[in-house]
Amino acid sequence: MSTATAAATHDDHEHVHYTTTGLDNRKIAVWAFIGSECMLFASLISTYLIYKGRSRVGPFPHETWTSPTGEVFKPILNIPVTSASTFVLLMSSLFMVMALAAVENRGKPGYGGLKGNSKFWLATTALAGTVFLGFQAFEFTSFVHEGLKITTNLFGSSFFTLTGFHGAHVTVGVLWLLTLLAIDMKRGLTPKDTLVVDICALYWHFVDVVWIAIFTLIYLIQ
Amino acid sequence: MSDHASHAGHEVHEHPDWKQYKWVALILFAITIVEVWAYYIPAFVASSAFVPILLVMSAVKFSIVVAYYMHLKYDNRLFIALFVGPLFIAMFTITALLLLFGKL
Repeated sequence: MSTATAAATHDDHEHVHYTTTGLDNRKIAVWAFIGSECMLFASLISTYLIYKGRSRVGPFPHETWTSPTGEVFKPILNIPVTSASTFVLLMSSLFMVMALAAVENRGKPGYGGLKGNSKFWLATTALAGTVFLGFQAFEFTSFVHEGLKITTNLFGSSFFTLTGFHGAHVTVGVLWLLTLLAIDMKRGLTPKDTLVVDICALYWHFVDVVWIAIFTLIYLIQ
Repeated sequence: MSDHASHAGHEVHEHPDWKQYKWVALILFAITIVEVWAYYIPAFVASSAFVPILLVMSAVKFSIVVAYYMHLKYDNRLFIALFVGPLFIAMFTITALLLLFGKL
């Protein structure tokens, strides 16, 4: 890549980085990162599945357990609450694509009003992510109150590790979205910033697809 | 990338429109409803079809988000390779470990 070509610009898009692939390095990097994240979550999910049903003491995810002292522990997973949080995260992906479309098509016909309001969609996506985190905080707190901590049994260790890692990813995503929102409020995101928003969107959707897998494998399959 | 114009460094490709995005959201929502509904049918949960059907529904949701929301359906093949390659390794790892530990 020569210096002259690296500095070249094209149309009304941002500075073009000529590469041997003809693709932007940042987008290649984020896809490679997402690929590596697939393997991270695969290791966490497989650990959960291997340990599933091997806990010596309760509480258990789907079964009632009576302790040696006669204390009865109900199945600990709260499917209605988790279904609601899953719905919120799925909707956040819709808000994210709308934010991307608003930035990408800014100023074009048909993208006025709410449709073209990237600030609104970025804020809504961040809000949905925060609500999801609130659901997770509620779930973790209620589990601890019901007697399940990370050190209680194999289920607790693998469950908190897996969902905690996912929650950490959502937290990073929310911070990323808020950063984009701050930039949008300060100087306004334009079609030149499409790639920046696209990369954030890819990360956000990845967090969503990981939850799709977790919801089925951990919560629904008994 | 056949019908997608590609500038070196910054791609210009067709994305789904608002209508398609809303349909995708509706389909994702509907599948989630069916998944949760199935969870509350004891006879179905006890049947051997429960796990495969749930896995298929989950895979459909996963694929829809990746194809339409992550635009992989419309994007360069290199991105598909960068995602699908590790995804296959991840799935193979999970399957191999479950077999190794007698879970399958």
